[in-house]
Amino acid sequence: MIETLQALAEPNRFQIVELLRGGPRPVGEMVERLGLRQPQVSKHLRVLSEAGLVDVRVDAQRRIYGLRAAPLRELEQWIGRYRRIWEASFQQLDAVLEELKAKEKKRGSKKRKSAD
Amino acid sequence: MEAKSERAPIKKNSGTLKVTTPSDREVAMTRVFDAPRRLVFKAWTTPELMKRWFYGPEEWRLAVCELDSRVGGKVRFEWRNPEGKSMGLSGVCREVAAPERLVFTEVWDEDWTGGETLVTLVFTEDAGKTTMTQTVLYSSQSARDGALKTGMEHGAAMSYDRLAELLTSMA
Repeated sequence: MIETLQALAEPNRFQIVELLRGGPRPVGEMVERLGLRQPQVSKHLRVLSEAGLVDVRVDAQRRIYGLRAAPLRELEQWIGRYRRIWEASFQQLDAVLEELKAKEKKRGSKKRKSAD
Repeated sequence: MEAKSERAPIKKNSGTLKVTTPSDREVAMTRVFDAPRRLVFKAWTTPELMKRWFYGPEEWRLAVCELDSRVGGKVRFEWRNPEGKSMGLSGVCREVAAPERLVFTEVWDEDWTGGETLVTLVFTEDAGKTTMTQTVLYSSQSARDGALKTGMEHGAAMSYDRLAELLTSMA
């Protein structure tokens, strides 16, 4: 997981992943599209590959890279959990607010009373 | 996949949580609440009320809650889980303009956000509903992105939408 995040946290690698969303591509094409030098792209691809984010197949002389979904799915689930933490809190806040509103209505006139 | 822990049953009306990145160093969350901002502000600044909703992950609950909502006032949140582990953060109130704005600093005990962050809460009211925007400003872009790596929730949610999109495109 940390490996996936570290691999994605580098802007050029993120770009590569974004580029590969469109489907597998040969290294040469990525070099061209990203405006990076070949050794740089190869280095990034190696990191992505070690993190399991991409795989490679060799087609004649060309190395063609494609995305692997598994680590991204794992990441999505993990991130979704953190989003739900906030959402769960805010749903509780909704409930607290309903209570505060009801109390205010009941009291009609404003009278200081400790909440809860 | 879903967390096991069940929360109390919830009334509808909950708005959706929107997460955006307004700048390199920020993460913003927006959420609408069906209540006047006076009450939303109160729920955000009254420790007894905060304890009832400001949960941590899964079984974590807010055990210590101090928020002295005056400029220079102390902020301290500490969550505990059933195994007795705790995690917490401390800070100081910088700006307090009830019921529309609250600004405070935050630093986690284990500093997983790469230094202090500045949290700005803005509440706007329209027809009895309140839109809350919570913006977290990190000390640097790498601190913000680092927060994503270490599992700090503000940071973690930020690229969710893009990731979801990414996954859809791969399906």
